[in-house]
Amino acid sequence: MLISVIFIPIGVASLLASRDVVEIVDRYETDCIPANYTGDELSFIQDPSSNKTCSRTLTVPKHMKQPIYVYYQLDNFYQNHRRYVKSRNDKQLRSADNANSTSGCDPEDRANGSPIVPCGLIAWSLFNDTYNFSLNNEALTVNTSGISWKSDRDKKFGDNVYPRNFQNGTLIGGKRLDPSRPLSEQEDLIVWMRTAALPTFRKLYGKIEVDLEANSTISVTLENNYNTYSFGGKKKLVLSTTRWLGGKNDFLGIAYLTVGGLCFFLAMAFIVVYLVKPRQLGDPSYLSWNRSPSGH
Amino acid sequence: MTRATRIREKLRWSNLYTFSCIRPSVLELEGGAHSLEGPGFSRIVYCNQPRVHRKKPLKYPSNYISTTKYNIFTFLPKAIFEQFRRVANLYFLLAAILSLTPVAPFSAVSMIAPLAFVVGLSMAKEALEDWRRFIQDMKVNSRKVCIHKGEGKFGYKQWQKIRVGDVVKVEKDQFFPADLLLLSSSYEDGICYVETMNLDGETNLKIKRSLEVTLPLGDDEDFKNFAGIIKCEDPNPNLYTFVGNFESDRQIFALDPSQILLRDSKLRNTTYVYGVVIFTGHDSKVMQNSTKSPSKRSRIEKKMDYIIYILFTLLVLISLISSIGFAVKTKFLMPDWWYLQPHNTTSLYDPTKPGLSGIFHLVTALILYGYLIPISLYVSIEVVKVLQAMFINQDIQMYDEETGNPAQARTSNLNEELGQVDTILSDKTGTLTCNQMDFLKCSIAGVSYGVVSSEVEMAAAKLMAGDLNEQNPENSNVSAQNRGTHDFWGKSGNDVAVSEIELENVITHKIGKPRKHPIKGFSFEDDRLMDGSWLNEPNAEVILLFFRILALCHTAIPESNEETGGFNYEAESPDEGAFLVAAREFGCEFCKRTQSSVFIRERYNMSGHPIEREFKILNLLEFSSKRKRMSVIVRDEDGQILLLCKGADSIIFDRLAKNGRVYEEDTSRQLNEYGEAGLRTLVLAYRKLEEPEYSAWNNEFLKAKTTIGPEREALLERVADMMEKDLILIGATAVEDKLQKGVPQCIDKLAQAGLKIWVLTGDKMETAINIGFACSLLRQGMKQIFISTMNAEALSQDPEKAVKENILMQITNASQMIKLEKDPHAAFALIIDGKTLSHALEDDMKLQFLSLAVDCASVICCRVSPRQKALVTRLVKEGTGKTTLAIGDGANDVGMIQEADIGVGISGVEGMQAVMASDFSIAQFRFLERLLVVHGHWCYKRIAQMVCYFFYKNIAFGLTLFYFEAYTGFSGQSVYDDWYMLLFNVILTSLPVISLGVFEQDVSSDVCLQFPALYQQGPRNVFFDWYRIIGWMANGLYASLIIFFLNINIFYDQAFRAGGQTADMAAVGTTMFTCIIWAVNCQIALTMSHFTWIQHLFVWGSIFTWYLFLVLYGMSSPIFSGNAFRILVEALAPAPIYWSITLVITAACNLPYLTHIAFQRSFNPMDHHVIQEIKYYKKDVKDQHMWTRERSKARQETKIGLTVRVEARIRQFKGKLAKKCSALTVQTGS
Repeated sequence: MLISVIFIPIGVASLLASRDVVEIVDRYETDCIPANYTGDELSFIQDPSSNKTCSRTLTVPKHMKQPIYVYYQLDNFYQNHRRYVKSRNDKQLRSADNANSTSGCDPEDRANGSPIVPCGLIAWSLFNDTYNFSLNNEALTVNTSGISWKSDRDKKFGDNVYPRNFQNGTLIGGKRLDPSRPLSEQEDLIVWMRTAALPTFRKLYGKIEVDLEANSTISVTLENNYNTYSFGGKKKLVLSTTRWLGGKNDFLGIAYLTVGGLCFFLAMAFIVVYLVKPRQLGDPSYLSWNRSPSGH
Repeated sequence: MTRATRIREKLRWSNLYTFSCIRPSVLELEGGAHSLEGPGFSRIVYCNQPRVHRKKPLKYPSNYISTTKYNIFTFLPKAIFEQFRRVANLYFLLAAILSLTPVAPFSAVSMIAPLAFVVGLSMAKEALEDWRRFIQDMKVNSRKVCIHKGEGKFGYKQWQKIRVGDVVKVEKDQFFPADLLLLSSSYEDGICYVETMNLDGETNLKIKRSLEVTLPLGDDEDFKNFAGIIKCEDPNPNLYTFVGNFESDRQIFALDPSQILLRDSKLRNTTYVYGVVIFTGHDSKVMQNSTKSPSKRSRIEKKMDYIIYILFTLLVLISLISSIGFAVKTKFLMPDWWYLQPHNTTSLYDPTKPGLSGIFHLVTALILYGYLIPISLYVSIEVVKVLQAMFINQDIQMYDEETGNPAQARTSNLNEELGQVDTILSDKTGTLTCNQMDFLKCSIAGVSYGVVSSEVEMAAAKLMAGDLNEQNPENSNVSAQNRGTHDFWGKSGNDVAVSEIELENVITHKIGKPRKHPIKGFSFEDDRLMDGSWLNEPNAEVILLFFRILALCHTAIPESNEETGGFNYEAESPDEGAFLVAAREFGCEFCKRTQSSVFIRERYNMSGHPIEREFKILNLLEFSSKRKRMSVIVRDEDGQILLLCKGADSIIFDRLAKNGRVYEEDTSRQLNEYGEAGLRTLVLAYRKLEEPEYSAWNNEFLKAKTTIGPEREALLERVADMMEKDLILIGATAVEDKLQKGVPQCIDKLAQAGLKIWVLTGDKMETAINIGFACSLLRQGMKQIFISTMNAEALSQDPEKAVKENILMQITNASQMIKLEKDPHAAFALIIDGKTLSHALEDDMKLQFLSLAVDCASVICCRVSPRQKALVTRLVKEGTGKTTLAIGDGANDVGMIQEADIGVGISGVEGMQAVMASDFSIAQFRFLERLLVVHGHWCYKRIAQMVCYFFYKNIAFGLTLFYFEAYTGFSGQSVYDDWYMLLFNVILTSLPVISLGVFEQDVSSDVCLQFPALYQQGPRNVFFDWYRIIGWMANGLYASLIIFFLNINIFYDQAFRAGGQTADMAAVGTTMFTCIIWAVNCQIALTMSHFTWIQHLFVWGSIFTWYLFLVLYGMSSPIFSGNAFRILVEALAPAPIYWSITLVITAACNLPYLTHIAFQRSFNPMDHHVIQEIKYYKKDVKDQHMWTRERSKARQETKIGLTVRVEARIRQFKGKLAKKCSALTVQTGS
């Protein structure tokens, strides 16, 4: 009963919080394939010469308060695969002195005889689609700093570690890194290196730090570089505000309501039982020897 | 001691004894000796030449004994082997080895460290236990004995140094260091007394006698030139046989068991003996008899193994699923996952060889899901059991102040088994009784003397008084009832006044009036007889004669006690000692025995001065279990020849003269009363003989005595029979075989707790039955079923078969009888002797026997050998499939103690064999009640709940790993950090469960004792049946589902905090883990019903530790903590969603359990629930009446024990009262 009293309000509050969140989701991986490449997405995406630029328009359904978070969402991408998760080297990322420590990074540990920095499959497969937003032909700046954990920037990714020998191998994975900026400033990499728990995941791309009015349309110019076509993964662009509970997800509220409701129901049931057929606490007549007169 | 005094002491008992000193064929020629041909008779012993035995082939084992399992060299390999015989340990070993390869999902340390910890701890425990055994062995091995060192000189040597062929001198009250051949003793005719309590539990002293040829070896110097050869059987475990020849001076003499002194028996009543060592060390019969102590495992542990197998199956199953899933994904999907570089990979993830990868993955999965099998379960249980054992050892209420022995749990792995005992098999001597006789009452000339009531009476009186007050507190009939109660105690039902006085006596004594002069063996109190006042009794003549019989009719030797100036008596049995002490106290002191006379000093007589009287002993017809009587023929100072006889009532009553039956009626009634009071009774009678009559008989007797041949014994018996007739009854004695403190009450409580109690004793049937009465296992009105062997020799052909058929018939008849019995109060007692038992235990009959025995309320087996004790135990254990507990104190109980599921040894008396073999040792039988009803009950519940909880928490945890697998393409990645997983079992959840296992109590110890019925929850296995186990497992499954899917859905893809960050694997894993920690710890808090600050500390401390760990771990170098770096401080703690997830999941996980217990409590509460509530609301204080009523109701319906005895009496009395009333009304009516 007590639980239900506590839980139902929490549930309602979380639901409200979730409902307050405004979210725009745009799936673009099929629409951004030129008509001539339809049915042959793979060769399109693998062809370095093809024009990958694509423009989308998004309509803001409700007033969105800043900051508006820009996410990219990948689907069917096993960032949590054991081979993938392990393919990194924290030592190397942290300090320039450890550039040679590439253990665990196999097969992206060395290229052309020298170590890759940052090594490993995770870094190698860095997401490389880019988004440019404009509102009423006026460019919206997307702030891509401060999207990663502060501790990651400060402690895990060294400010003296510069990308070296990156994407120089025979196979080119994802984004190329700017070799002049230290890793601690390359926040897209830092975010990417936080492997997701599920094969469907969103990662923060940047923040739009202006409010968006309802019904305004945003045009997005994106470069569709990243290959999700070979494994049939979807790509989505998500714009979302947050509340105290984070993004839009009703589930927590529903869970609270369910548990609270269940508690309420059970409590009522036991109260009814108690009223209908009360058992005095400590009533000796319930002792086993009193219940079965025949004895044991 | 000078030579002169020794010679004075040398009595020739053989002249006195009639039966047991029959020397077999005194000097046999070669033809008469045993022929020792063929295998099994290879042993040759060169007496007094131990040097010969240093070399092969005559080198025999030394006298060093060892009961340890390991030695320094074998310890490591053997102990490790033992450890890895546990399936779970083996599994973890394999996992640890594999963790060194890249297949493993975790780091190697996290696999090896816990395993090393677990195995190391168990091995340390093993080593400690074995060390204790070693110390005990050393104690025995370094005992000293006097040994012939050559040239007629003797010196002390350690037992372990003794070799075959040594001549040793054993002094009074010493144990024999090895199996010896008796050469000579301090008695002139080479007799010695031996106490074999350690071997067979019999308290009577046994007489051993040497060969005639070795008699001259009476002194140290005589051994200078002594030599001889013994050829005999090889070592064997048979205690009662021995075949061998003694060769000396080219003459061969046959040896039989009566010349053999066995190791671990004790020399009594004999100053010293000389003997030659025949069997040493492990060759000795007692060591041959000892079996390897089997390692015992409790029922719960065995069941636990099944659960582990189930979990293994589950583990293999989900591993298979995930490896198949992996193989499929690898083959069909992975080629498309370019980000994994599928074409540039090792065989672990090779899409072209999915089969191989699958097999590798199977191994990975087996290790990964290993969390389903709680590695710390064994070690936690071990820790818990050691702590529980500590509680048992520390229990002040099981500490015996007299001996200073606490209870001791010697092997700690059976604690919970104590709570499931169904049948108790108990030894008698030393366990139920102290083996001390107290002269308590006597009946002389039909008048009963002695006001002290026996323990049984006291206990029963107390109980009855309590019961009556309880049953009708405001009943006006109370006085009548009480008078009725008095009636039972009164000698004559009509004389209410007398009986009231008696009851007062009972009560005053019960209150504990300090005894004026505590004398061992004498608790008699009656002013009519004491201090010479019997002279004023009407039958003073008869009383005097009674005392004289007590003082004369025995085989004891007086020994002056310098301190008190009085005498101590060295008697063959404690009864006899008690009689002599009684005679002394009555004023008929037995003071000297010579070859032909006994002197008694009579303190009280008409003249007023002590007179020493001499009685010439003409013949002595001693006691044997067959004759059940003993007589002496004496000539008093007036020349009158008297035959004085004491014996069992049935025997003596048959032999009374017509004019000797004056007191028969009164005496036999009193005998019944004594019997009912649990006393051992003997009837005394005498016969006056005329000179010619005697001499005629004596001639015949001498003739019989000198007859040579097998018929001699029968002849002697017949002649003795002729004399022991036409007796005149004088009275009867009642001796209390002093029960150990609190035995009747303890048996009563145990019976109320629903336990069955069997008594297995090596003693005579009569003694056993007496004790049965004394400790309320038997009572008047119980139907006693005797099963005995008929005389087989009467049948000419195939006596074996006839005997068996006869026994089978007896058993079937008895079973039939029980089936046909209508009266619900009727109780049956089965009494069976060892010989019959040997037949009944044969394969074709044992089941019938068992089913009969199970139907009987109490079972008493008498004259059973140690081996039979073990066999009976096995029969009960295997036949009923229930838990058995064997309790005993002597070496003769070792077999039974080892065979039973739980062996309990009584410590405190000499001889540690039983304790050494036992699993628990207690100082007194009465502590068994507390051991079982309190500790057993608690330990059972604790362990059961603990094991269930363990499986719950590991399932809840392990399955989340599996679910996550499905989301990672079955790649074997775990969502948690390695360190979380390592800590889960070792730290985060182990302490609360250990505190549950150590401190949990459903009800307090007082309540346990007041409601013995609660104990039944154990034998019925309420807390560890499959329903409960499956229930807990289902609960674990449910919790894992809730924890995983709620988490996954809440952390789906959106930002999890206001900062817009999405949750990565570390965040999800940490949150999930937090939920698990909360859920399982709250679950255990719900499970506990008894909280001390320790539990609170551990449960809430564990949760706190988790957060603390997260903070510390997050603070460590990011190299070390990886993605968990600062996870709590930076990422999770500021996110409200993290805390709210924890809350909702904890609530959701515990909801079903909460509902379950709420439902159970309101509809179907268990006994302990109700009692908890009563206690909680202090109802027991407010409503005393209800409390006591429930207490009395809680007693199990039993058919044995004091309570039942009292009830039977009350019933009987009510019946009588009703009759009387009707008679009265009839009278008044007419």
